[in-house]
Amino acid sequence: MSLEDKLANEAMDSGLAEALINFRLSVHAWSDAEFGKPRTAAKIVRHGGWRLAAGWALGCVLVAGAAGGGVFEHHHQQEMAKAAAARAVQQQRLAAEQRAREEEDLLAKVDSDVSREVPSAMEPLAQLMAEDDAK
Amino acid sequence: MRIANGAVNLHPVRASTKVMAAGTALETMTMATAQEIAAQDFSTVVTTHRPQIFRFLLASTRDVDLAETLTQECFLKAYRNWGSFRGESSAMTWLMRIAINLQKDHWRNRRMQFWRQTQTNAVDLDEASEWLPNGERSAEQQLLAREQVKQVWQAVKGLSERQRTVFLLRYVEEQELSEIARSTGLSEGTVKAHLSRAVARVRAELGGKR
Repeated sequence: MSLEDKLANEAMDSGLAEALINFRLSVHAWSDAEFGKPRTAAKIVRHGGWRLAAGWALGCVLVAGAAGGGVFEHHHQQEMAKAAAARAVQQQRLAAEQRAREEEDLLAKVDSDVSREVPSAMEPLAQLMAEDDAK
Repeated sequence: MRIANGAVNLHPVRASTKVMAAGTALETMTMATAQEIAAQDFSTVVTTHRPQIFRFLLASTRDVDLAETLTQECFLKAYRNWGSFRGESSAMTWLMRIAINLQKDHWRNRRMQFWRQTQTNAVDLDEASEWLPNGERSAEQQLLAREQVKQVWQAVKGLSERQRTVFLLRYVEEQELSEIARSTGLSEGTVKAHLSRAVARVRAELGGKR
């Protein structure tokens, strides 16, 4: 069945059918003309090689920058963590020393207070000792 | 030559088996001979179908060089898979299917490599519309026909990839709907739907410019 018959069967209006037939004839004519032409293989010359090189260089810089930034950030965080840990240890040590000092002071005060407390029965004797000390 | 009533013997393996069984003289036929027969068959297929595949690809891409490249790729692929072709469909349908897939792959790759400055040699619609057989037409009729062809090209340009393929197979390659369905791997209903939309677009283009 020819295209003309097919178009008639598909109940197309004459304008559309005519256009489609002309289109087919045109494509066939073009294809036949191009198909018969001899062709020569041409070496593909790449233009804009510098663009490719620049693209690669930029890409490398970006990748290196991203990787370097990541490594630096990781290292920086590790350093910060170490410093924070050292600070915490120092604070703990100072706090422990402070506590120890306070305990010693407290004990000394208790000793002093206890040593000064004299039972009332011994008061005259204590006065005598104080007078002897004064002499 | 393996052409009978316009049909190509598409099954080299079966053909060689028959020949080998024919007589004792042929029992010495080696594998190399079978391959030669297959190659001859393939050569016939190339000669018969290359213009049609080229035409379809040319109409699809409007790029002569690209159409030529894809045609060569199509036949290279077909040659590599010739042994596995079982002849369930016609060679034309099989080749057309390869061509359609190659074309799809090409456009997909182009889309994926959008950053690359790719040169396209697609001719513009005016140039594509220039081609018309001389025939017995007056200058006025030629002009009118050229204008119609340009409008159809304009509509084809706006079609989706699938619609364009179906449209070209139907109205340029004059394939039946069932054949188009086999070539594209779509159902006949889907082919009809795509075709209907494509024709509606062409009709609108023709109607709008009148």
